[in-house]
Amino acid sequence: MKSNRAETLFNWAMRLVTYSITAVIAYIIFDIIRNGIGVISWEFLSGFPSNGGAEGGIFPAIVGTVALVTGAIIVALPLGIASAIYLTEYGKQGKFIETVRLAIVTLAGVPSIVFGLFGLGLFVLYFDFGASIIAGSLTLALMILPTIIVTSEEALRAVPRSYREGSLALGCTQWTAIRTNVLPYALPGMMTGAILGIGRAAGETAPILLTVAAFFLPTLPNSIFDQVMALPYHLYVLATQHPDIELVRPMQYGTALVLLVIVLVFNLGAIILRSRFQKKFKSLH
Amino acid sequence: MWKEKAIRLGLLGSASVSVIAVALIFLFLFREGGEFLVSPGIGKLFDTRWIPVSFVNERYGLYPLLTGSLLVTFLATAIAVPFGVFGAIYIAEIAKPREREFLKPFIEILAGIPSVVIGFFGLIILAPIVKSVFGLYSGLNALSGAILLALMAIPTIIAISEDAIKSCPKSYRQASLAMGASRLQTLWRVVLPSSLSGIVAAVALGMGRVIGETMVVLMVTGNAAQITLSPLESVRTMTATIAAEMGEVAFGSDHYRALFIVGIVLLVFTFGLNVFSRSIYRRFGNKS
Repeated sequence: MKSNRAETLFNWAMRLVTYSITAVIAYIIFDIIRNGIGVISWEFLSGFPSNGGAEGGIFPAIVGTVALVTGAIIVALPLGIASAIYLTEYGKQGKFIETVRLAIVTLAGVPSIVFGLFGLGLFVLYFDFGASIIAGSLTLALMILPTIIVTSEEALRAVPRSYREGSLALGCTQWTAIRTNVLPYALPGMMTGAILGIGRAAGETAPILLTVAAFFLPTLPNSIFDQVMALPYHLYVLATQHPDIELVRPMQYGTALVLLVIVLVFNLGAIILRSRFQKKFKSLH
Repeated sequence: MWKEKAIRLGLLGSASVSVIAVALIFLFLFREGGEFLVSPGIGKLFDTRWIPVSFVNERYGLYPLLTGSLLVTFLATAIAVPFGVFGAIYIAEIAKPREREFLKPFIEILAGIPSVVIGFFGLIILAPIVKSVFGLYSGLNALSGAILLALMAIPTIIAISEDAIKSCPKSYRQASLAMGASRLQTLWRVVLPSSLSGIVAAVALGMGRVIGETMVVLMVTGNAAQITLSPLESVRTMTATIAAEMGEVAFGSDHYRALFIVGIVLLVFTFGLNVFSRSIYRRFGNKS
């Protein structure tokens, strides 16, 4: 009886801790929605900033973020999927695979600001791209590469062995077996990684700080060698560098809300896609 | 057959990109920063002051930045570990299946909130609270930063700890329960010790995230480069130093190179934590 009571008490303590975390998450999201929703209007989403960011909109920052993320995903997705295919389908346990795995883990752990330094050293200065979309996109691409590789690998592993064997038994080459009998089934799972990568790339500030971002540009970019504005950087500058921080508070909340919505929509999409994918293959193993 | 070979080679090449990228990161940090070690000399780094811009004497002592980063990281870990581990225990052992299906993705969402948004929230909501609770002149200090960083580390710690707790073999629990131990005793004395390595790995990984995080600390720790152990003092971390100063330095100057050295130190720290976490996870990971 006594131990039962202790258990109930313990369970409630754990429950309290867990739900206090969710309460904080909910409050952060609620606070940003409550204060940001009033700012959102067509002018805010489609206009240029004016009066030092205190008025107008954030259109160029949205365009910049979309450009950066698109560039990053174009580079990272094929590379990541190809890496994952090699690691799961071709590679044999050995020194090379070991090295690649260590590299992926290392890459996943590199602080985002160090990616920024690296992008500055390699893309901006050594390749002489200058602060530009291409330098920022390539930096972000390397940053999200580990996520895409790891989720793609999981997706490939989830496809039952028999799918491959069936195709190989009919005399198909290994690549044909992979292309026709593995990839189509793994694709939804792989998209999870891509979506997670998009969410991360859209929200990161530190890497683009040193490689591409500008606080204010009067025009939209013309080529991938131009600088752009970006949502996270715009929020950072409005919140900390602006001469009149109280005055631009609504703009800060509006920008934070747009950024949050973009990132959360992608993350939520990834979570839903993943759970559907997992359910589909659970029965086949 | 040549087509098969070409495809194989292409895939191999793609897989090598990660290795090449890591090598390039180390190479380029040293390429840009390495010269500092020769001139003005590595000795300049072992100093108690960081004054990179001065008319008289620039000083590039890493101690205040190191202590700043370590103070914030340890505080954040101290806050995140109980929340993360208890949260993981709750989700893995106590929560009902339907509850779990809601809790897991919800906490995962926290991991997705951009750091600049968390920093913004901290600046506007948390810092004033810290300020009034402790009666300070400003709420921008190590504690505010640590609370937000803990929030960012919690999803990592929960996810990996939960995996570790779940991977404790069923037979362990059954044996313990069969001996007449209560559920609580089983959890404390059998399940947790057996998943301890995974939990330690989770914490190390969380610490790696915390020490490398930039925007939150840049926005809410106040950024005074001083050596202190007090959570209520303003501190400046390694990450924030790079982010704040890189925009204003002349390329190729001593200051520029010093910032790359800070980057190298940071990289070594996170790399060490990662390898540590991976090796524990590997050594004790598979029990069943």
